Formats: sequence, C-alpha cells, structure tokens
Amino acid sequence: MQKNIILAGVGGQGILSIAAVIDWAALTGGLEIRQAEVHGMSQRGGAVQSHLRIADHELFADLIALGTADLILSVEPLEALRYLPFLAPGGKVVTSLEPFINMPNYPAMEQILSELGKTDHPVLVHSAELAREAGSARASNMVMLGAAAQFTGIDPERLEAGIKALFGPKGEAIVDINIKAFRMGQRLSNH
Amino acid sequence: MNRQLLLGAEAVAQGAIDAGLSGVYAYPGTPSTEITEYIQRSKEAREHGVRSSWSSNEKTAYEAALGMSYAGKRSLVCMKHVGLNVAADAFINSAITGVNGGLVLAVADDPSMHSSQNEQDSRFYGRFAMVPVLEPSSQQELYDSMFHAFELSESVRLPVIVRMTTRLSHSRAGVTRAEMREQNPLHAEYAPDRFVLMPHNARVQYQNLLDLQPILEELSESSFLNQPVEGRGPVGVIAFGIGYNYVMEARNAHGIDCRVLKIGQYPLPRPQVNELFDACDTVLVVEEGYPVYEELFRGYFGSSKIRGRMDGTLPRAGELTTDLVAVALGAKPAETTAVPGIVVNRPPELCKGCGHRDMFEALNIVMKENRESHVFSDIGCYTLAALPPYSAIHTCVDMGASITMAIGAADAGLRPAVAVIGDSTFGHSGMTGLLDAVKDHAPVTIIIGDNETTAMTGGQHSAATGSTLIEICRGLGVEESHIRLIVPLKKHLEENIAVLREEFAYEGVSVVIAQRECVESAAKKNRRAAATGQ
Ligand SMILES: Cc1ncc(C[n+]2csc(CCOP(=O)(O)OP(=O)(O)O)c2C)c(N)n1
Ligand code: SF4
Repeated sequence: MQKNIILAGVGGQGILSIAAVIDWAALTGGLEIRQAEVHGMSQRGGAVQSHLRIADHELFADLIALGTADLILSVEPLEALRYLPFLAPGGKVVTSLEPFINMPNYPAMEQILSELGKTDHPVLVHSAELAREAGSARASNMVMLGAAAQFTGIDPERLEAGIKALFGPKGEAIVDINIKAFRMGQRLSNH
Repeated sequence: MNRQLLLGAEAVAQGAIDAGLSGVYAYPGTPSTEITEYIQRSKEAREHGVRSSWSSNEKTAYEAALGMSYAGKRSLVCMKHVGLNVAADAFINSAITGVNGGLVLAVADDPSMHSSQNEQDSRFYGRFAMVPVLEPSSQQELYDSMFHAFELSESVRLPVIVRMTTRLSHSRAGVTRAEMREQNPLHAEYAPDRFVLMPHNARVQYQNLLDLQPILEELSESSFLNQPVEGRGPVGVIAFGIGYNYVMEARNAHGIDCRVLKIGQYPLPRPQVNELFDACDTVLVVEEGYPVYEELFRGYFGSSKIRGRMDGTLPRAGELTTDLVAVALGAKPAETTAVPGIVVNRPPELCKGCGHRDMFEALNIVMKENRESHVFSDIGCYTLAALPPYSAIHTCVDMGASITMAIGAADAGLRPAVAVIGDSTFGHSGMTGLLDAVKDHAPVTIIIGDNETTAMTGGQHSAATGSTLIEICRGLGVEESHIRLIVPLKKHLEENIAVLREEFAYEGVSVVIAQRECVESAAKKNRRAAATGQ
C-alpha cells in the first residue's frame, strides 16, 4: 500500500490540522510516513501545500514525484488546480468551493469549475456551509477530510480516532463538532 | 508506542536533548527555527535544566555555545545558512581553538530560496574550517546523528556541523528514540595555548588541525552515514544528503539498478569513493545544494566521466526532486497535466490589520513629496511591502543593511536617506550601524517597526523592543528630540505623516519608532490564554 496526497490551501487556512489527523492514524496503524510542510514566508497568505506520503514499506523522498499523487485535497478551489501536474492518471481531486480571494486577478469561479471538471469526477464541497451546520465554521477542514476519507487509504474509523486525539485537549464539544463535520463530508462524498 | 512523528528540525532537537545537551543557543531563521522552539517547549529539556532562550544574533549564539563547550558541557547552536555568515568569525576560529564539551552547529540551508536571500551551501563552511560535517538523509538519521555528532566532537575536539536543508527540516517522519544520556559535568580546563589565538599559539593549533585531517577521513570511512548500495551497470551515483532519497525513489519507481554511494559524513571517505569511480564508466553526482564535490571531482581540467549540476544533467540551481534525478538517470519524464492558464500566483502579504501596513501607508505619502524616494529596508515581515499594493521599499540585502546602506547613500548626497528595519533585526545587527550614524552625524531617518516580536519567523522573543529599544537609541547617542514614537494606526495617519516630514527635513540622525504589537502574535497570545483558561 502506498498513497501520495497533496494538501493544498492558503497560508493561515490550517491544512496542517488535516495532515495531523492523517499522520496520527497512519502512525498508530504502523505505517511509514513522510510529510513535507511549508513554513516561513508563504504562510502569510501565500499558496501553501503539504506533500503527505504513507506506505507499508520504506519511503525515501519527502516530496511526491510529478504525476504520482493519488489525491489532491484542497481547502480552496484555485489552489487545487495549482498542483495538477502532480496528479496521477486516475487520481482524485477533492476540493472546497470557498474561494480565498487576496489578489486582484483572482479568476472567475466558472473558469475554475470548468478546469476542475476536466479531472476525473472531482468531489466539490461547499465546506463552510456544512461546517456551520456541524456547529462551527472552523470545522471546515474536517468536512474536507471527511469528503476525502475514502481516497486516503486509511480506515475512516481510524481517522475519527485521530480527530479525537488531535482535538481532545480542546474539550469534548470541539471533538463532537469536528467528528460531525467529518461525517457530513464523508456522507456527501459517498453519494 | 515509542515512535514519534517529528519534523527534521525536531529530530535534531530531540536527538540533542537525548544526547545530554546542556544548552542551545540560536537566533531564529527559516528553516532552522523549530529546533530551538522544540527544546523550549520540551518538558524533558526543562526538567534537565537545558538553557534555551534566544540569542541576539548568530554570532553571539555561537560564542555562547563555545563558552559552554569550554566549560565542558555539550552545547548546540542553530541557525539558517545566512546566519553562518554572521557567525563565521567565531565558527572558523573555533576550529582553530577546538572545543572541550561537544559543540554541534546545526545549520539549515534553503535551496530554491523558499524563505531566503540566497541558496548558499554550508558544506563550503565545513571545508573552509576543515571540520567534520554530517549530512543525514532522514529524520531518523538526523536523530541518530546528534549522538554521533557530540561524540565525534568530543573525540576529535572540534566543532561538528550537522547540515540539513528545508525539505528535511520541514518534513515529518516517524522517529524511534534511544536512551537518554546524562549531561557532562562542569569541567573547564585552563588551556590558553589552545584558546588564546595569538599567532604563536594559532600556528600550532592550525598545524594540529591540518594533522587531524587524515584522521577525520578515516572516521568517515567507518561512519554509518556513508554506505554503498549494491547495483550494476556502467553508471554509478554518488548521492549526498537527501539527494540519496531522490536517487532511491527514482531507482524504485523506474526499475533502475545502478550502484549508489550514499554520503552523509565529510570529509569524504576516499576508499569508498575510489571504489565507485573505479567500478563505473560514468558517475552522476547528486548534491542538494551547490555542486561542491562535483567541482572537486571534475578538477580544473575536467573529467568526461562525471555528470551532475555542472554539465546540465541536473539543473545548476534549486532543489532536487525525484523527477529531476530520474531523468538524469535516463528515465522518461513523467506525463503530466499542465497547470491551467487561469492559475495566477498568490504571493504572501502583510496580515490584515498589521501595523506595518499603516506605517507604509504614511511613509508612501511622505516619500511621494520628495523627488528621490528610495527606501532602504531590511529583513522581516515588512519586506513584504516591496510587493504591491505598497511597493514601498527598494532594498533588502542582509540583516542590518538598511541603516548602513542609508548612511552610505546619504554620504553620496541622497536625501532623504530613509531606512526601515524591524525591532528584532535592529537588535540583531542594526545597533552598530546606528552607532556609526551617530558618530558621523549622518542625515538619515531610521524607522523601526517595533511590533514587539520576531514576526517573520513565527513570533519569537525579540531582544530590542519597547522601552529597551528606546533606551538603546538614547544610549547610542541619538538626540532625545529626534527619537520619535508613533503608533501605526489609521486614526493617527495625519500625525504620523507630520512626524516623518519633520524628521526627513532634519540633517542628522532621527529614529522614528512605530510601536504596535504584531496582530498575529497578539491573537496567538489570546488563543493560548483561552486554552489555559485564564
Ligand atoms: C542572518 C540572518 N538571520 C536570520 C534571518 C531570518 N530572519 C529573517 S527576518 C527575521 C525576523 C525579523 O524580525 P523583525 O525585524 O522584528 O521584523 P518583523 O518580522 O517582526 O516585522 C529573521 C529572523 C535572516 N534572514 N538572516
Ligand atoms: S505576522 Fe505580525 S508583523 Fe507579520 S504581517 Fe502579520 S501582523 Fe504583520
């Protein structure tokens, strides 16, 4: 088993909490992990990505090779497109549809949707709406993780355990909201 | 479960703690900052009394680490690659004095310049100082290397460099820990013949260092970091540091079966290198960074046997990837989907509500009133004002250079001569420049954006902020009437403009301090307070 996952977003959107949940599930499942993060200048509202690799054998590179990502999981629609050269044939794009507009030349949403539509049955998620329904707009990352769960190669129950481990210190209410958000994303993507 | 998921930087930190570290000294700098931050957060480090607060700059950090080593204890000093330029004087000379307790310099290079002014390769410094350099290829190796580095340092009595690059420093993987070692006892020796670098001592010490070189080579021959990988065929690879990872990944992905020599400890292990070169018709040199060893292998007159960054087989600049290495080994480039044309860049920007924004808004208005509107700046969040919509600054070279470049330009006749610098950068290396300005009575206006923190690197403690900063300016001799405090907020725009106008008109040294806390670090403080229920 080997999965190459690109997590994409804008600095400050918190893609690393998605990574942390997958990491936890993979590590406790005895898998090998390599997860490259972006720290530094780009974190101030620039484009950021994380290369996440999990396998049941030794991994060498921290970076994913071009054309070998099984999944691009993006919390911003334009950012999903930035990493298409990494997508493997048959790889999946799962993205939030909430644009983060902090530059003057942000393209029109129809254009973005049309480009996303050229990939193989992308999973497009109104994550903010679902997160609010789950109890907090801040849980939209977990909605996205839920929507992508079936493509991560990890048992969703283990991902839920990861959410509990990660958010546990913040109290039960926060855990519940995030689990609910995760399940809402999951339900949407399974249909 | 004894496996932890650690960033490369954190593996260095945990490795150092477990290897009996007594103190870490550092100035922040991407991608090295997380080493010290990890030690500051570590409960074990606290329980064992490991000192870990930030230093004013890399030179003071290095010297303090050397002092701890002198007293017999193990010390770690961390910095980014350009930080070693600042610490170079101390570092190079410490190779002449040698050390007592283990001294490890963890330096993080940034090929592709994700967050840096250049992509200089710290292995050059290792060769320059003639000290051992370790270049581990994985997080686990980084961890293990810290034990090895301290032992090596104590056995050959030299500082040891652990070099890593952005990818390894900022990537997580599972790390298994070893048993924790006790710290060294206090054990300072009188050794003026080593530590007083007057010429008569220095000559002897330098000869000792030269005599040590064959021994360092021998130690490399038996290092776990230098390993051959079996293979066949006329092409062999010598893979340095994380270059090894891309080679192994490309081998697996493309079914390539070439011989590989993995290098992770310098100076080079000669017999292993000779063996590879003897067995192969062509050798691909894979280095993450400058072609330091490729150039050596080629020699002045060149060698037709060698491939690498210098003949275009690999790009001369930038980070390596599996794809680049695979193609260099003869694999077909991957067929990929192109990035759609509508995908525009998303450059970083100053946070919403950042005080620097208001500072530059006022500055831009006043600068427009002048025929010449050059602004010398420095390194920090405020450097982002070089980009639209502000486009407010015109230089950013090295830490502290804003003040001193403004002095030189003023000497040439440029008016106004304006410098913009942050509080942490001022404490790092702006103070000496200000002293120069005062001594010359230079007509410069120095704007210090005092946001109470080292924001660019994630909000570390800043040494020269608030009243301390004002006292420093006074103490260095800036006239009281030309130390002006402003608050960079929309509502103060008019007053702030007036202050800048007045100080630009003054033919002497002015310091305008724009005081407002970084909103990002204020928010972080609030979150922390909420989490601890205060
Ligand atoms: C010699 C050197 N050391 C460290 C760095 C990394 N570095 C760049 S900016 C910065 C912090 C700047 O802080 P400050 O001047 O207070 O500005 P702020 O980001 O807070 O606005 C650091 C540590 C560097 N570029 N060069
Ligand atoms: S981190 Fe602080 S100093 Fe940097 S841009 Fe944001 S608010 Fe401004």
